[in-house]
Amino acid sequence: MNVNLNLIITNLPFLIKGALTTIVITFFAFLLGLFLGLFVGIGRTSKIKLFRIPSSLYVQFIRGTPLLVQIFILYFGLPSAFNINLNSYVAGILALGINSGAYIAEIVRSGIQSIDRGQIEAARSLGMTHAKAMQYVILPQAFRRILPPLGNEIIILLKDSSLVSTIALPELLFNGKLVASRTYDYFSMYLGVAFVYLILTWAASQLVSYIERRFAIP
Amino acid sequence: MIKVKDLHKKFGDLHVLKGISAEIKQSEVVVILGVSGSGKSTFLRCINRLEEPTSGQIWFDNKLITDPEADINRIRQHVGMVFQQFNLFPHRTAIDNITLAPIKLKGVEPLIARKLAEELLQKVGLGDKADYYPSQLSGGQQQRVAIARALAMEPQVMLFDEPTSALDPEMISEVLNVMRDLAKEGMTMVVVTHEMGFAREVADRLILIDKGVIVEEGTPEDFFNNAQNERTKAFLGKIL
Repeated sequence: MNVNLNLIITNLPFLIKGALTTIVITFFAFLLGLFLGLFVGIGRTSKIKLFRIPSSLYVQFIRGTPLLVQIFILYFGLPSAFNINLNSYVAGILALGINSGAYIAEIVRSGIQSIDRGQIEAARSLGMTHAKAMQYVILPQAFRRILPPLGNEIIILLKDSSLVSTIALPELLFNGKLVASRTYDYFSMYLGVAFVYLILTWAASQLVSYIERRFAIP
Repeated sequence: MIKVKDLHKKFGDLHVLKGISAEIKQSEVVVILGVSGSGKSTFLRCINRLEEPTSGQIWFDNKLITDPEADINRIRQHVGMVFQQFNLFPHRTAIDNITLAPIKLKGVEPLIARKLAEELLQKVGLGDKADYYPSQLSGGQQQRVAIARALAMEPQVMLFDEPTSALDPEMISEVLNVMRDLAKEGMTMVVVTHEMGFAREVADRLILIDKGVIVEEGTPEDFFNNAQNERTKAFLGKIL
């Protein structure tokens, strides 16, 4: 069993083109996930049922069903049921973002709940409303605390984005698969694909640890 | 300045405060004593409604603050509080801890807030620690910053919830000295503490709470020398 390095190198530009797409969809999906996760995570800690119950349902539903099924529902299900046709980019980013939002919501919730009760009491005793105490005291501390699990989530999302290759989105795995099925050298090409993912996830973890250092509290 | 009438507080089945009535006058220093679990901290925390009273009334500056319609956030701006565990904001430097509330709540210009905060830090003896983070300060220093933070809102009354109980013995006096100076300046203070020396020397009045009721109230002199009540005698026996 030989690894055809030449084949990988020749097709590297094509893989890198796919990798750029992977980065773009991961980036937008993560932004969407952060946005959803922040609100849903805060919603999960709310005393108000109107916020808390939909937030829990969202987390339960999304976390309890496979990402691939969610992608198929958006891409294949919506057109047949509601005649809503999403292109593969929109469907892929939406599915990944909504999925990641559920996990980020739990990360945000754990971050908020890990902050000592005395912090909110001190903020409230100065006369801050609950919202101001969250904004100036709780969330800035929770943010720093959730950076490591958020970094974990980015890496998971980056790898899970390979699932959108099933809806013909020309990202890294999709492009690798094209070359592999044309040349029949599946082993070399998928190893090449794996290697590029490894570089992407390594870069992501470096970025996260830079951000952690940047925001570290003495 | 503060009037409390028939205050009750229950945590589930636990009846912690069983009808407390008290009055605190302008510039008065009132020390609240009691053994652990007597309800003295709960009483203090009800005054700014960090604990919601189960029943009873509290007036601050002739405003009924136990009224559900009362703007508690505005009232709290006039009631400073110092906690046993300091509760400084760890992500902000000493000076940023102090300026946060004046800037965000009272709309004070950042430069003016900073100047005021520097004066407050001088006052608590930490003029050179403005840019230190809480984790870089000792417990006594942190508590003094916490006092400065509360003072920055220019409160009419200061509540102290066992401010020295979490400190190493050698740091207790630096915090008590700051409190003593505050009392001399005429600050109205309600202090829950186990520091009998402080109570005897600084307090205008002592209140002993036991099992959720006030069992004795009086000047330090009366309290320490002429205690009448059996429970007061028992308390003094335990701590002196």
